[in-house]
Amino acid sequence: MNKQQGLSAHEYEQICQALQREPNELELGLFSLNWSEHCSYKSSKRFLKLLPTVGERVLQGPGENAGVLELENGWCVAFKVESHNHPSAVEPFNGAATGVGGIIRDILSMGARPIALLDSLRFGDLTPWPPSQRRVKSLGVEGRETPDPQTLGLSVRGGVGGEVRGVRGVFEGVVAGIAHYGNCVGVPTVGGDVYFEDAYAENCLVNVLCVGLLKKHELKRAVAQGIGNKILLVGARTGRDGIHGATFASEDLLGEREEKRPNVQVGDPFTAKSLIEATLEACREPELVGLQDLGAGGLSTAPPEMATRGDAGLAIDIEEIPVRAEGMMPYEIVLSESQERMVLCVKAGSEQKFLKIYHKWGLEAAVIGEVISERVYRIRHEGRTIAEVPISTLVGGVPEPELTPSPPSQRRVKSLGVEGRETPDPQTLDLSVREGPGERSWRDRLKRLLQSSTIGSKRWVYQQYDHTVQTNTVIGPGSGDAALLRVKGERFGIAVTMGGNGRYCQIDPCEGGIRAVCESAHNLLSVGAEPIGITDCLNFANPTAPEVYWTFEQAIRGMAEAAKAFGLPFVSGNVSFYNQSETRKIYPTPMVGMVGFVRDIEHNRVPMGFQHEGDLIYLIGNPQGKSGGSEFLKVFYNVVGGELEKTDLELERRLTQAMLTLTERRLLMSAHDVSEGGLLVAIAEKGFPRGWGARLVLDDISEEALFGEWPSRFIVTVAPENARAFREVLDGAGVPYQLLGTVGGRSLEFSGQAIAVEELQEAYESALSALGAIL
Amino acid sequence: MKEFLIRVSIEPKPELLDPQGQAVERAMQELGLRNISQTRVGKVVKFKLKAVSTTQARERVSEIAQKLLANPVIERYSVEVEEP
Amino acid sequence: MMMHAAVVVFPGSNCDLDAYHVLKDLLHIETDLLWYRETDIDRYELVVLPGGFSYGDYLRAGAIARFAPVVQELPNYLERQRGIVLGICNGFQILTEAGLLPGALTRNINRQFICKTVTLRIENNATPLTQLFQLGEIIDLPIAHGEGRYIAPPQIIERLKKNRQVLLTYYGENPNGSGEKIAGIMDETGTVFGLMPHPERNAERLLGSGIGLKFFESLVQETVHA
Repeated sequence: MNKQQGLSAHEYEQICQALQREPNELELGLFSLNWSEHCSYKSSKRFLKLLPTVGERVLQGPGENAGVLELENGWCVAFKVESHNHPSAVEPFNGAATGVGGIIRDILSMGARPIALLDSLRFGDLTPWPPSQRRVKSLGVEGRETPDPQTLGLSVRGGVGGEVRGVRGVFEGVVAGIAHYGNCVGVPTVGGDVYFEDAYAENCLVNVLCVGLLKKHELKRAVAQGIGNKILLVGARTGRDGIHGATFASEDLLGEREEKRPNVQVGDPFTAKSLIEATLEACREPELVGLQDLGAGGLSTAPPEMATRGDAGLAIDIEEIPVRAEGMMPYEIVLSESQERMVLCVKAGSEQKFLKIYHKWGLEAAVIGEVISERVYRIRHEGRTIAEVPISTLVGGVPEPELTPSPPSQRRVKSLGVEGRETPDPQTLDLSVREGPGERSWRDRLKRLLQSSTIGSKRWVYQQYDHTVQTNTVIGPGSGDAALLRVKGERFGIAVTMGGNGRYCQIDPCEGGIRAVCESAHNLLSVGAEPIGITDCLNFANPTAPEVYWTFEQAIRGMAEAAKAFGLPFVSGNVSFYNQSETRKIYPTPMVGMVGFVRDIEHNRVPMGFQHEGDLIYLIGNPQGKSGGSEFLKVFYNVVGGELEKTDLELERRLTQAMLTLTERRLLMSAHDVSEGGLLVAIAEKGFPRGWGARLVLDDISEEALFGEWPSRFIVTVAPENARAFREVLDGAGVPYQLLGTVGGRSLEFSGQAIAVEELQEAYESALSALGAIL
Repeated sequence: MKEFLIRVSIEPKPELLDPQGQAVERAMQELGLRNISQTRVGKVVKFKLKAVSTTQARERVSEIAQKLLANPVIERYSVEVEEP
Repeated sequence: MMMHAAVVVFPGSNCDLDAYHVLKDLLHIETDLLWYRETDIDRYELVVLPGGFSYGDYLRAGAIARFAPVVQELPNYLERQRGIVLGICNGFQILTEAGLLPGALTRNINRQFICKTVTLRIENNATPLTQLFQLGEIIDLPIAHGEGRYIAPPQIIERLKKNRQVLLTYYGENPNGSGEKIAGIMDETGTVFGLMPHPERNAERLLGSGIGLKFFESLVQETVHA
């Protein structure tokens, strides 16, 4: 193992063979970055191939900086999700901020204007404030010096933080970083989700999805071609930031000594905003051949990738690159991961035009090289070639590691309870809700669930994000299952959602993968949108462990199966491995981002909450099932486990069709999918927007029936005069349904008990403050 | 015990990008202040501290600066201790 | 006379296109996006300084943008009585930094950026910006800012109140801790306006009540009758 540059002995041999000589340090650096897991997908690509990628609307599938789907009237949507887990664990504020910046530039690379951001965040469990003695455990490896993890926390930007580091510091730092960058750059943060589970205590997840809008003829590719065409580097100057960041992302998160750790990259959203405007201006010029953002690996990876797509070679001159610090070595310049930079390929002779655009916006821009005929990446310094490697070996030449997936010897499907608390066997639990007052009444249990950090309101988070800038947000965070955006001047709208429940995947990775896809589809269907395409971010632990690799394979198989059932293509995605400390692996967490199409946003959008007194409340879909993995098992019994109900994909297909027909015929007054917290939580949440209560008639009032989580369910309301037409649609589609009651009053009532909606909402809204999240 | 006047200056590490410093530097240049470079924007924390000696005051302040006032991942600090 | 409006674009403006959309697409007013280096503004009856983070708000919100050529030109423009200046959010911050409006906008009381819809009360409807509202009308508009807490010395506040320069106050909750719950003011001449909430973000029914459009309609009516 070549420790310095993260390459294996076998990989080093391959490099020597391809070059017919030993590589020099800079060349080794190029290979180290291009062949890292993060950039090459060497361990994941054999399974990623299982995901469906074709569809009628697909204009650009995987392989570019983002996927693109066609909408209507020439409009297209570009979208992709990316992780920034490791940088956020080390420096939450800047790590999260630069994660937002990176994905925005990916969208920009397609020629699209970024119009929305979503964030899926996973942190360790929050403990009540003031924090107990529980400190984040030391992450070190024996024999190496270990920094105090308390110092790896909050940036002073978010207030003087200090001792408040640890899980809480990471949470607050990440939220502040996303707010800082997203708000300033002027792209609304319209959705996402946040979960708190111990499995993420040392390794938080920060997955950011960006959506962009463009016209079909504006589509750009990250390509460099045409011998003699010029290569421009635009945006910010190049400094000593984050060198070897991609290699860092391809290792376990261990307690590296400070000087080993790459310099933290600092985001500059102000420069990024100017970069967006300047680049969109540049995209209007016909002489632009292609463009790509500089992300992980900087100039070591982006130019050769562009040359690969153009089937060409590329040469750059180090001394032409505008640098921030004096005395930077070529190695540092090429491997720098300074933010807010992009590479352009433009027709020879048109350089000045492009330089002018960027200079007008106060940005750096320089001609740093050109497209050449030899299929090599050549780096020159003052006229001398200091590195030269064949493009085909550098990009895509990495040998696939020999990894074998194998299921864990003992599948621990039952008690995976929270550390330090007693864990009962789920089989012996008494799950019947007792009549009458007291701790076991459904009213108290419902309140407690609404107050859990998984289910409760995330207002404290999303209120810090600008979600209304650009004036397209029709449904924003906290007011629907998915975000809904209008397109100015058009009748149609775009819905977006992202999520993934790691707990389900921990119990059953295949079923968890299926559910991740279904849940996102349900979110879109709930607001009245038709799901049209997927982007995914696969967060897993170290893949060289056979059981981790097995969960990875299983989750992908599940996602592929579900996507095929819905006829949905994966158009972009990202893999993040090595999400573990030496004591703990994260739950396998495939995050699914999905885009939906609403034909007529004025008339076909569906609100989440109850609208009118007297409307009928129906459950559509699967009336019963097993409730393994449910939040109530964790909250009430300290059980993370049980058996998952298998999703019936045939039912899912019919359910989707039925929801689309109901939406199209405008028969739904409201819709909400049943997810975490089960049936009663979904009904309660429907009361919050307008304060409406409900009178319910429920036959089964066991905890499992009320709070159990199994798939394929929606709660909808229907005006009484439409009930007949509504039932006909469902009968025709072969989807089961059940009348649960009517909308009315200001409290939730059944089996002789009632609780005020206001009281429930208070519990729901106080979820994070109850944990002391709000300082 | 004497009371010392403490001044902790915190600034971004020199090798890291400082967008704030950069924006301020450009603005100063636009307003005609030429020949400037290396602008960094940080913060100053001032307080009074009782201690037996300058050395002790400095030690205690350095400890708290490292722990609380500065984030060693992205910032460095300097401590000034002024005798009464 | 047909109105001609300018929406100024600073590096870091991010609500410029939103204001442009309302003026141009909803009210069909001839509107230009004006680069911050331009100083030829006499042809406009309305100059809008939009929201955003001009220069990243890196020193203080609005502190660097106040020196932009177009802002430096505003005192002359106002002296020549060419038209109205409206600053929204960051635009309001720039106007206070430039001394064209009194007081200052400081860090929110909870030290966080706040994005939400708030309720507001119209305190003066005898102005070009608010003439289509009822006095005391309660309206809802989004806010989205980290530095929106209005402060000014007591004598300035007194003067604002006496001259009826306070246009808009937060009604019920005071989200950012502003003095006297002030959310929007004008200068003594009634030609320079600053609003912390974003009327352009609630100017259409699809996005909310649509009430924000009335501010812009008021301005249009003013220039038509002028």
